[in-house]
Amino acid sequence: MEIIILMSVVPDTSVKIKLTADGLPDMKEIPWIINPWDELALTRALELKEDPGNTVNKVTLLHVGPSTHGQVLRKAMAMGADEAVRIEATPRDSYETAYHIVAFLQERAFDLVLAGIESSDYNGAAVGGLVAGMLDIPSVSAVTGIQTEGDKLHVVRETDGGRETLRMPLPLLAVVQKGIAKEPRMPSMRGLMMARKKNIHVIEPGAVDSLTEYARFELPPPKPPCHMVDATNPGELLELLENESKVIHLS
Amino acid sequence: MSILIFAENRNGKFPRHVPELVTYGRQLADQFRVQAIVLAPGRMDHPELAALGKYGAHRVLSVPDQSLDVMDNRMYSDVILEIAGEEDAEILLFAYSNAGKALAPLVAAHLQAAYVSAITGLPAGTDPFVVRKKVFSGKVFTDIFVKTRKKVFTLAPHSLEASEHYDPVTPEIRHVKVHENRNVTERMEIKSQEGKLLLTEADIVISGGRGMQHPDNFKLLEELAALLGGATACTRPVSDEGWRPAEEHAGQTGKIIAPDLYFAFGISGAIQHLAGVSSSKVIAAVNTDPEAPIFEVADYGIVGDALDILPKMIEEIKRRKHV
Repeated sequence: MEIIILMSVVPDTSVKIKLTADGLPDMKEIPWIINPWDELALTRALELKEDPGNTVNKVTLLHVGPSTHGQVLRKAMAMGADEAVRIEATPRDSYETAYHIVAFLQERAFDLVLAGIESSDYNGAAVGGLVAGMLDIPSVSAVTGIQTEGDKLHVVRETDGGRETLRMPLPLLAVVQKGIAKEPRMPSMRGLMMARKKNIHVIEPGAVDSLTEYARFELPPPKPPCHMVDATNPGELLELLENESKVIHLS
Repeated sequence: MSILIFAENRNGKFPRHVPELVTYGRQLADQFRVQAIVLAPGRMDHPELAALGKYGAHRVLSVPDQSLDVMDNRMYSDVILEIAGEEDAEILLFAYSNAGKALAPLVAAHLQAAYVSAITGLPAGTDPFVVRKKVFSGKVFTDIFVKTRKKVFTLAPHSLEASEHYDPVTPEIRHVKVHENRNVTERMEIKSQEGKLLLTEADIVISGGRGMQHPDNFKLLEELAALLGGATACTRPVSDEGWRPAEEHAGQTGKIIAPDLYFAFGISGAIQHLAGVSSSKVIAAVNTDPEAPIFEVADYGIVGDALDILPKMIEEIKRRKHV
């Protein structure tokens, strides 16, 4: 069984975003990373592959992005992925990304596709669901656990108010979130060496037009300074929360 | 045309965000002079359905089919698409909830509609159609131009206050064709957090970071949360250490929350944590380090040890409440 990870590459989440003179997010000199949820998805896929109790034998990365993302893709391969495919495009919205992924998946057999719930840059929370919808295949979202059972999957789904364990057949697209793996795996030295020899397949994209466009960007207005209260008088803070901002009720 | 609002069913009740969503849908419908129609899948009592009229629903369509008890993404999206077709829905609204995030993009794909998640208010303009959302995990606002006639959105939590300006309506029962063969989701087990206030729904959230020093000290946060009627949360290191359950992790990769009050104890305010809580109406923070980044986003702060301050605060509240 093969697991395909839809992987996106995003600016390091600890970076403060600035706008350029043209009012666009300034991406110069920003370190790029694997989208945090995709990194967890990849980690879980590799755990499954290494566990002799199931039939996962291949983990493939699928990425839509320019060649400048190659280094991050390489790092993901160093974590232990077997293969990477990069569709050479710079998508303008999540529909374009999904379109390219669908075009690729329509041409080949697949079992399980994992997508992170969103990317930490444009927070679209869209690609996984769009791909499942466009392919009209079964899908499941808010997934926090995956285990194989023969040719089926046991999936833990977080609901708004609890969780469910589901049994689902393949092929399947699962949109995963925090909890799917404990912590992202670090690439090993050996992994880094091996990744250098692995091939990234580059695919030319088809023509597609976006359904949305970013009209403009704006930084949030600066916050007024924090009102400091003396540590000896925590009651004053309660007072302010009750009477000034009116967010608590004590009487 | 119409606006179709997906109102999810949580054990026969509407979750808290549904009144907000219906209020929003009605305001949008008024802009276009069309009807705001609610689609409520699953079995639910009549009064619960009828009450959505008060928030502005012109019509409430109930699909009380037993096969919808477990959410299968494709079966649900089939049902939504069928109703959307019958009602000529041009804009489809979902909550930014687990179910909404699952279904909205599926439906958008089938309608070839543009999909924007977590929009934060009414459209800035309708011709061209422009919606607003936060990107880079809350660090930047953006206006998005939506190019398609049909549109699918999820609404960010707490985007507006639910308001009851209208009369209840008589719900209509719909029997759409539910294609069981499209359902591949077999539920084996269900665990619900009965009786526990959900982090994503709480007005007040009391949260702790590494400055709480020991898992036992979170009892103080629980006590304060109980006194104020809030839920408890934590930072990523705290949940990674296993001090608190993972579902309490508030932050970029955990839960994104927007309560009225976010009360942070022993939290320095890493940028990834702030990404998950910065939409809160009011932030109060207690931390030993006056330079901690949490004070840059907080409205109120105390420089001090959370373990000193918490018992004093709890005492004070008990005194005021005569507990």
